[in-house]
Amino acid sequence: MKQTVKLFAQAKDLAGSESIEIQTEEQTTVARFRELLSEQYPSLQAIVPHLLIAIDMNYVSDDFLINPESEIACFPPVSGG
Amino acid sequence: MQTTESLLTYNFRSAQQTLLFKPYLPFRIYFKMNQENKKDITEITHDKIDYQQLTEDIRSNQAGAAILFLGTVREFTKGQQTTALDYEAYPEMAIAQMKELIKQAREKWPVIHAGIIHRLGHLELGEISVAVAISTPHRGDSFEAGQFLIDQLKIHVPVWKKENWSDGTTEWVHPTGEDTVPTK
Repeated sequence: MKQTVKLFAQAKDLAGSESIEIQTEEQTTVARFRELLSEQYPSLQAIVPHLLIAIDMNYVSDDFLINPESEIACFPPVSGG
Repeated sequence: MQTTESLLTYNFRSAQQTLLFKPYLPFRIYFKMNQENKKDITEITHDKIDYQQLTEDIRSNQAGAAILFLGTVREFTKGQQTTALDYEAYPEMAIAQMKELIKQAREKWPVIHAGIIHRLGHLELGEISVAVAISTPHRGDSFEAGQFLIDQLKIHVPVWKKENWSDGTTEWVHPTGEDTVPTK
């Protein structure tokens, strides 16, 4: 299935868009999502290991299972303040 | 004719008379008001931060201490000269994370009011990018809770800054290292 992913900061610049579509599988974990992201968006490959993944506005670990209805966002470590 | 004031006094007394444990009544009213009056202020804005208003908003008769922290655009970072910073955010999540941090601060310290405001957009040298304000009954807790809020904001709240260096180049600031990873 296709899921929309929000991108911010350097991730947005590298992909050239603030929102991308990614083809996910059934039972996609965050770890698998990182692999899919690298495959489908080579421009993000270099930073994928460092990206933070937020699901429904919460930080999640790599074994977290992504719900097809969830809001996904990817971004580098934050630098506010 | 009864005035409003005497009517209220009369009702209050009769209510007290119906209770078995009279001494607890005023305490319970106070506690309830206390809970309702605690303010959590969170904001993401493109406008200049009104830190004077924020400071007034977190002051309280119940707090013997109120502190304000301001983050401002600094000219030099490790010898490199900044001319301006550009901030962007994932606004909905930034607000949610700010509220979560204030909730955590309330679990650790007796916070009366707390406020976090972050500015976005193009900020020149010396401009205020973030304000954290907090009030507690005693000063030690205000300093500790305030430090907690700004330190955790820099790890958890999804806001990013882009450096505009004096040589005309720009660069996203993306910290690396273990202490930059949010708690899951």
